[in-house]
Amino acid sequence: MKLFNIKQTFIIGLFSILLPFYSMADEKTPQHGGTLVVHYSGEQRVLNPALRASTGVYEVSGKVVESLVDLDADSQVVPVLATSWTSSADGKTITFKLREGVKWHDGKPFTSQDVKYNALEFWKKRLNFSTALQLNLTSVDTPDDYTVVFNYSRPMPLDLLLRALVDLGYVVPKHLYEGTDVLNNPYNTAPVGTGPFKFIEYQRGQHIIVERNPDYWRKGYPYLDKIIWRIIDDNSSASAALESGQIDLSSYSKLSLADINRFKQNAKFEVLTKGSQANIFNNTLEFNFRNPIIANLNVRKAIVQSLDIPFFTDDFLYGFGKPATGIIPSSNAFYPKDSKIIYPFDREKAEQLLDEAGYQRKTDGIRFNLKLVHINNGEDVPLFATFIQQSLAEVGINVVIVNLDTAGALNAVYKAHDFDIATGWHQYRGDPAVSTTVWLRSGSPDGAPWTNQYGWKSETVDQLIDNAATEIDPVKRKALYVQLVDIVNRELPLWFATEREFISVVSTKVHNHHNTARWPSSSWFDVWIEH
Amino acid sequence: MLHILTLAFRRLLTTIPALVIILIALFLLLQLAPGDTVDALLAQIGGAESSVIDEMRHHYELDQSTSSRLINYLWRLVHLDLGQSAIYNKPVSHMILERLPATLLLMGCAMLLAFTFGTILGILSAQKVNRWPDTLISILGLIFYSTPSFWLALMGIVVFSIYLNWLPPSGFGSIGESLTGMAAIVDIAWYLILPTTTLALVYLAIYLRIMRASLLEVSTLDFVKTAKAKGLSRRKILVNHILRNAMLPMITLIGLQAGTMLGGSVVIETIFAIPGLGRLAYDSVVQRDLNTLLGVVFVSAILVIIINFIVDMLYAKLDPRITGH
Repeated sequence: MKLFNIKQTFIIGLFSILLPFYSMADEKTPQHGGTLVVHYSGEQRVLNPALRASTGVYEVSGKVVESLVDLDADSQVVPVLATSWTSSADGKTITFKLREGVKWHDGKPFTSQDVKYNALEFWKKRLNFSTALQLNLTSVDTPDDYTVVFNYSRPMPLDLLLRALVDLGYVVPKHLYEGTDVLNNPYNTAPVGTGPFKFIEYQRGQHIIVERNPDYWRKGYPYLDKIIWRIIDDNSSASAALESGQIDLSSYSKLSLADINRFKQNAKFEVLTKGSQANIFNNTLEFNFRNPIIANLNVRKAIVQSLDIPFFTDDFLYGFGKPATGIIPSSNAFYPKDSKIIYPFDREKAEQLLDEAGYQRKTDGIRFNLKLVHINNGEDVPLFATFIQQSLAEVGINVVIVNLDTAGALNAVYKAHDFDIATGWHQYRGDPAVSTTVWLRSGSPDGAPWTNQYGWKSETVDQLIDNAATEIDPVKRKALYVQLVDIVNRELPLWFATEREFISVVSTKVHNHHNTARWPSSSWFDVWIEH
Repeated sequence: MLHILTLAFRRLLTTIPALVIILIALFLLLQLAPGDTVDALLAQIGGAESSVIDEMRHHYELDQSTSSRLINYLWRLVHLDLGQSAIYNKPVSHMILERLPATLLLMGCAMLLAFTFGTILGILSAQKVNRWPDTLISILGLIFYSTPSFWLALMGIVVFSIYLNWLPPSGFGSIGESLTGMAAIVDIAWYLILPTTTLALVYLAIYLRIMRASLLEVSTLDFVKTAKAKGLSRRKILVNHILRNAMLPMITLIGLQAGTMLGGSVVIETIFAIPGLGRLAYDSVVQRDLNTLLGVVFVSAILVIIINFIVDMLYAKLDPRITGH
């Protein structure tokens, strides 16, 4: 007896060809269970996101501890522990409604008391970037267990607060911190939160493990049983671990750009910048105005016009990045429409500007010497330093590169002020008022890294920054920042050369990934893996 | 036995001042390094307001003067307290005890491997001196010696982990499988094959060269001629007369290399993500974690002293003319 006729065989054959394609599409039903193994590098001193704001902390503790709000795929603020929010007409009182029925991992209920404690003890007092944001927070009221009212002495723009709270609004349990020495609290390295995963262990130099929280408030989530972060400091070894299937994911550009470029050709992996748009960063150029040569605007213009940034992004960054048009990234809501590069690459113009400034080439062809300190946030920073050196040599500026490790370089630039030009990264944190305007506002004490330590001061700019930080009308606020971008672009107190996104490399076994604007930091409650 | 103990005691007495001088010098040297542990932390978290920075400096006792911190440190050391690690938020002694086994295992295995194969190949080479096996062994030895260990390590990963998929690329045992007993030992051994071989290959060449030269030199000595004249077999001459004498420089080398291997494994530990002392020391330099770094130096120095002591004992065993006097 014939088992199949020709037609049946054909249909079965067609199915067996098409089935794998169909199953590759993401609408496949999510599988529960499985372990996601993630690349991690470096050591964290604390894993408490209410105490230290950095992507390295969020990457792990963002799965354990939750913030009041998060971002969706379109960078819009969406509820997490807070369900709704309103601001009073004068912008001085902001009220949050909190989610009910949420439990800490130790079983105690999450209430407005926890938020109040975090706001006053962590966000206002200790959390970096947040103490400046919450400077005018005078008190927090808790009319009931699920309502919390923030009182400010000066108007607080609701859009600024919400966008900032995405990163600076993580809540840790009051009952585990109150009355303890907060900085030495053991829960700082073994976090307890309300998130989809419970912290299990942090083996220094080896791995961090979290496990599924069965009582998570989003019913039926998370999908994953376990997440393991493997600590691999050498980026070539990390690439090897990905290729051999030992790890499934590496985000925040932790691999070398050459390897990332290679993974693009590998069908088993996806290389994406989508999902990291909330964390744009720039290659920067900082000027030291204590040097009279640098204080001359024509010299700064000439330096900027000597640098062929499209060449740098294409050839050094493998095309991952583009020239920046100002201090606010092009994908952000505050980006001034139709921004242009005012001083584009033009070597002849640069030479002319330097001549006009009175710095003629001497007999050896050199106009003057500059000391360049680079702050190594990434592998491309020393490359950019060399690129600056060679580009400026073309126009007769002799650049001496000072090689220091990160701690040494920060000390040289921000405390000793021993530099002429410096380069590193600037990270944009969603709103200019969070971590960008501090690069321009005068009056920052010595030794505070990534603040205005450049000896530059402008009354107009200080005024603009202060007004924007308390302007509660979003339209007016944006207009102030448009003005700020324009002044900075013309006056060049500092210059952002490139605009870049962090890159993730992820195995195609992983699903529901990079579906929000800050996915590597987010809670991963809906991530699942084929197993 | 008593003799060995007095020798050990005398050795210890002479090394204590050296150790204290090393620690004080390192402490002061690190004060000269630009930036402190708070700068390193700020680099990691992307900056902070000055009030937050002040609180951090106070937390790490950096707001005290250098001399008072040095005195505090030495006072704690007298009580055998290595202090608190800034990066790890744990006592330094815990951190070192956690990391020591991995380094000792890696170092011990690599040294054993290098010594064994270096000796065997050295003997082979000397036996067939200036013929093709000698040339081949010497060339291979030179290649391994002149290749940087990180390159060998990465190529090992590419070939054996990625292409052949035989060995794990990095790590120190499988994570999250809670293995025990024999299974755990086999698991760790599996992860250690690549790093140990890489580390051993570099040192192998040195042992091989020394063994070869030393054998050739001893073979020309008078007592070997006497042995030949007595009509002993080649095997007997080699094992009983030549080898024992040729071993002395090899033992010296072990003592010398024990120290460098502890430091040399930073590269291997980093590439293979092995949680050892080398990486701990490197991390603590980058993060300006003074207590941890001084602790690692302290323990490494003690390890080197112990190894050298054992080497001295072996000397006396191999050559009865050498005694502890």
